[in-house]
Amino acid sequence: MAPAVRATVNMSLGVAGAVSLYGISFGALAVASGLDFWQTQVLSLFMFSGGSQFAVIGLVAAGAAGPSIITADGLLGIRNGLYAVRMSSVVGVGFWKRLLAGHWTIDESTAVAIAQGELREQRRGFWLTGAAIFVGWNLMTAVGAVLGDALGDPKTWGLDAAAAAAFLGLLWPRIQAFQPVAIAAVSAVVTVIAVPTLPPGIPILVAAATGLVLALVAGRSKS
Amino acid sequence: MTTWTAILIASAIVLATKLAGYLVPASVAAHPRIQRVSDLLTVALLASLVVTQTVATGETIGLDARFAAVLVAAGMLRFRAPFILVVVGAAAVAGILRLLGWAV
Repeated sequence: MAPAVRATVNMSLGVAGAVSLYGISFGALAVASGLDFWQTQVLSLFMFSGGSQFAVIGLVAAGAAGPSIITADGLLGIRNGLYAVRMSSVVGVGFWKRLLAGHWTIDESTAVAIAQGELREQRRGFWLTGAAIFVGWNLMTAVGAVLGDALGDPKTWGLDAAAAAAFLGLLWPRIQAFQPVAIAAVSAVVTVIAVPTLPPGIPILVAAATGLVLALVAGRSKS
Repeated sequence: MTTWTAILIASAIVLATKLAGYLVPASVAAHPRIQRVSDLLTVALLASLVVTQTVATGETIGLDARFAAVLVAAGMLRFRAPFILVVVGAAAVAGILRLLGWAV
């Protein structure tokens, strides 16, 4: 195998392995939050976006109403749409191919693709990572959902902390400059104030709205 | 609205957003301001989720084992630990603290 190909394959499978393991956590927490096996599995099969999936179960566990779950999730999924724009020239042509690419456009497949040099390797990285995560994530979700009952309280295993750390892990690379740090801090404070005062599911929307206003102001001052 | 309805609608929206990205002309969506605003909106949402998952229990705010775990996670991220180690490390910290009875 050529070195460039080997590098792409290694990175794709490494990322996919790590993410898949963490699917166990999702499956177990989803069942603990009150979803049944198929509701959990449908999220991994069709939504297939870790951040949005954890947001759903977090909001379900908090007792949020349907509309706020849908809104928060839709907003959180916007970044996937932007990844799709970036990946549009990478994934190749053909209706079915692009339809599947759309489904597999997530943080990891995009990140692995962007990390490669040549277009050929970018394409390989996107598809290999997307496919491996889709299979691994769904298998591990099922394992977690089945084990969930046997494991008992997921808190014993620290799975609730794993979900919090995972969101921090997604946030971390995005807060390496002043503006995002400031917006993250304001959003955190707004959330802390809103959680005890507003109905479940609304705090995240208030935080998003505050962030959006700040982002628009910041965006204008920059340009 | 039932949980099933919320799950199916939210899934459809997330999937549709991904697909829409392949239809948008690159010149529009790659506009720097749209990119920046979207990045910052994602930051606000993720920060809110970190807070909720770390210190909220239902409608109350409090510090428990998760807080210590997330601090450790932040330290690990600071030193560029791989994502899976951070997640597993945080789970281990919370699990051990609870096992020892040092935190709930």
